[in-house]
Amino acid sequence: MDPQRKRKIRLVVALSVAVLLAAALVYTSFSAASEAKEPSQLLGAAPGTSYDLTGKVVPGSIRHAGQELRFRVVDREGGGPTLPVTYSGTVPDPFRGGREIVLTGEVEHGTFIGERDTLVTKCPSKFTTSE
Amino acid sequence: MTASLGSAVLALAFLTMAFAAVAALIGRKGDERWVLASRRAVYGACGLLTVCVVLIEIAFASDDFSFNIVQQHSSIETPAFYKLAAMWSSQEGSLLLWAWVLSIASSLALYATRNRLREIVPYATAVMAGIASFFTGLMLFAGGVNPFAELSPAPADGIGLNPLLQHPSMMIHPPMLYSGYVAFTIPFAFAIGALITRRLDASWIRATRRFALIAWAFLGFGLLLGARWSYTELGWGGYWAWDPVENAALMPWLIGTAFLHSVMVQEKRGMLKVWNACLIVATFSLALLGTFLVRSGVLQSIHAFGNSTVGPYILGLIAVVLIGSTALIVSRLDDLRSPKRIDSLASREAVFVVNNLLLVALCAAIFWGTFFPLISEFFTGTKSSLAAPWFDRYTTPLAILLVLFTGIGPLLAWRRVSWSTAKRVFLVPTLVAAGMGVVLALLTDVTHRPWAFALFVFATFALVGLAQEFWRGAAARRSLKGGSMPAALVGVVSRNRRRYGGYIVHMGIAVLLIGIAASSSFQTNRDVDLRPGESAAIDGYKVTYKRATASVDRLAFTAGAVLLVEKDGKSFTLHPDRRFYRPTGAGGDSGGTISNYFGGESDSDIGLKAGVLRDFWTAIQPSITGVQGAARAADRGFKACVLGEGPGVPPQCRAVAAMMRAAAANPRLMPAALAQIETLQLATAKQIADRYVAEGAPATFRVIVNPLVTWMWIGGLIALAGALIGLWPSRSTRRALAADSELEAQKEAKYREIRDAELDHAAGKLSDEDFALLDAELRNEAVEILDRG
Repeated sequence: MDPQRKRKIRLVVALSVAVLLAAALVYTSFSAASEAKEPSQLLGAAPGTSYDLTGKVVPGSIRHAGQELRFRVVDREGGGPTLPVTYSGTVPDPFRGGREIVLTGEVEHGTFIGERDTLVTKCPSKFTTSE
Repeated sequence: MTASLGSAVLALAFLTMAFAAVAALIGRKGDERWVLASRRAVYGACGLLTVCVVLIEIAFASDDFSFNIVQQHSSIETPAFYKLAAMWSSQEGSLLLWAWVLSIASSLALYATRNRLREIVPYATAVMAGIASFFTGLMLFAGGVNPFAELSPAPADGIGLNPLLQHPSMMIHPPMLYSGYVAFTIPFAFAIGALITRRLDASWIRATRRFALIAWAFLGFGLLLGARWSYTELGWGGYWAWDPVENAALMPWLIGTAFLHSVMVQEKRGMLKVWNACLIVATFSLALLGTFLVRSGVLQSIHAFGNSTVGPYILGLIAVVLIGSTALIVSRLDDLRSPKRIDSLASREAVFVVNNLLLVALCAAIFWGTFFPLISEFFTGTKSSLAAPWFDRYTTPLAILLVLFTGIGPLLAWRRVSWSTAKRVFLVPTLVAAGMGVVLALLTDVTHRPWAFALFVFATFALVGLAQEFWRGAAARRSLKGGSMPAALVGVVSRNRRRYGGYIVHMGIAVLLIGIAASSSFQTNRDVDLRPGESAAIDGYKVTYKRATASVDRLAFTAGAVLLVEKDGKSFTLHPDRRFYRPTGAGGDSGGTISNYFGGESDSDIGLKAGVLRDFWTAIQPSITGVQGAARAADRGFKACVLGEGPGVPPQCRAVAAMMRAAAANPRLMPAALAQIETLQLATAKQIADRYVAEGAPATFRVIVNPLVTWMWIGGLIALAGALIGLWPSRSTRRALAADSELEAQKEAKYREIRDAELDHAAGKLSDEDFALLDAELRNEAVEILDRG
């Protein structure tokens, strides 16, 4: 095979692999992602759909019940309705009232049931916030 | 006073840097005086920025709370070491760090090239000084980020540094990452200079390769420190979460890795010029993007840094860099074309191309995942995010292929490898890896995790192949020079530091990936509720909660446990605990109550038994409901006590109440009265702690049995050591560095290439025929260079 043709074949192979990877990335990401919602958007949410709950932990709302952790979450901007949450699994060190969290789970009977070990608490702001 | 002096010095540094950029452009056509002036201006600005850093550090060390930055990030009680490191926990402090490190790196680069690259240097100076003025200017003009902002009147105390961040690795981690980001500016600046002047041979690469390697090493070490901090401090036991800010540091590291490999192809073969230019532009843009992500708050990250004013400016800079560089590369495409082609797929350069594609694919996947919230918002209107499993799906297979090529690359010689030679060098690594695969499949249940199994086999191949390289190199040297095998090994490594340093990095990465694969695939992870005296069985270990521990001091209430861990007749004790910090400094609510201990931060001190085969990791979540109740009751008692009311007020209370009344009448007595109360509170808190121990409250323990995870850290350190060996100047590089002219540098590079080929031949990687061909080619090229002189 002449080298010119060989190089063309290599290029085509490389490009098609790249296109395949890109297509896979696009497809899987849209199907695997869960929507990020704040408490006020989740009040009437249908059960059986997985969401990423983001918001602030209401200070003073944290209760331990055995393995289970119960607390309420409010929109990041504050105000609006609060959503009760139950969760069990790892609790990151920075977790406490007033902190922003992200938690994957579903809404059942008006309560957000967090998936095990998906609680993410934002690091306390090491860098000054704009407050 | 000092603050206004600092502002003035900062402004002067800005003007000097801006002058350096302008002077370099005026001198671009070879006007030596302007070029000299620009170089000296960069040195001068570096000195001025050093003064700024020193002034800030003095303010931190001397608790000068008239500095806003000190008041916000330090307090009288902050330990001295953290006072000095608190500078970069602030936004303005990290901008200053950026500018300062960049000025140091630029000065070093300009000093190293003071007699060389006369055409490229002025443009490179303009780029470096331009970027440094950008960051210095941000501090002065963006608003709210001047490190010398003053508070008047000066408060008595500062807010303090978050206790979670008071960890040695957390203090070194940010400057490491920053230095890594910043050092990539140097190769980028020289690449731009080379593109503008169309001097597109390997000279700009030779001049800046060292900086790229330093940047790579810093960034890698910073990532490793961050992972270690997360593993030992955060109480969740993981070391990587695919968080946007982590990804932001990983992406330039990956593309930087690709760059370090592909520039060798340009150095040796004059190929891949477009690719290299694109890679360094991408690396630098990603480094800026990393800085931006940390600052902008566009993505939800566990690292909440708060929205800031500088985000849009950095985004603007990224846009300028990307558009400008792309236009420049496109306009120089004709000059960038190389007449040479890759001779054979079985050659080191071909493997480098494949590894480059893998690294870029890895980075592309991570980039997509990181920015998916923005992408999905654009297309669907809602921000959706991707979790760790999505990232793992792409990064795992790509990492496995990469480790395979980590092994294949070093076994192949440049240009071409004949079939018989290939058979010879691949035989042992392939056999050992296959043997390892069979042993693992028969003796363990590793095959349940095919990805991990594949990684173990490929990593074995890589490690054996690399060991063979060391062995063959040493044997070749020994047959030449005699002496013992260890002496020959030391000799061959120290005479070929770049090559063997690189191999050591490869070994480190292979070991690191083994640690990651083993610990992520075969870890046991359990949460158990135990009361003192109870036991749980976890992965063959018997874990017994012997007794509770508790202690209290002015800063924190600590509740922990003594755990006895037994397995196969052996046992060890661990002492995990959790510290509840009182809010301190000016931010705390006057520190007045005992309940206050539970109103601040808390962090875990993990119990860790690290081992060669597995780590036993544990963290405790004590049940403190009882303690909190007792604290509230005690606070109520104290209130009553201070007021001197209520039935049955104890005698010491009456004394306190009397003191408070006296203090109310005479404010000068107030501090003594408060101190008295604090002492009493501390004593009460100690009683509560003692009661907690005596009552034996239940606690939740998180226990992780993590196989081979130690090797992740060891592998990272091996890789770092390899990078340092590769960086350490050998005699010939010192000659090349001292070389007066580019010609000398080229000669040195060509000699090194000839020596490399000889070593490959002696080590059996090149057949006699191939070597004869290659040697003749190289010698011809050397003669050409000599003729030019």
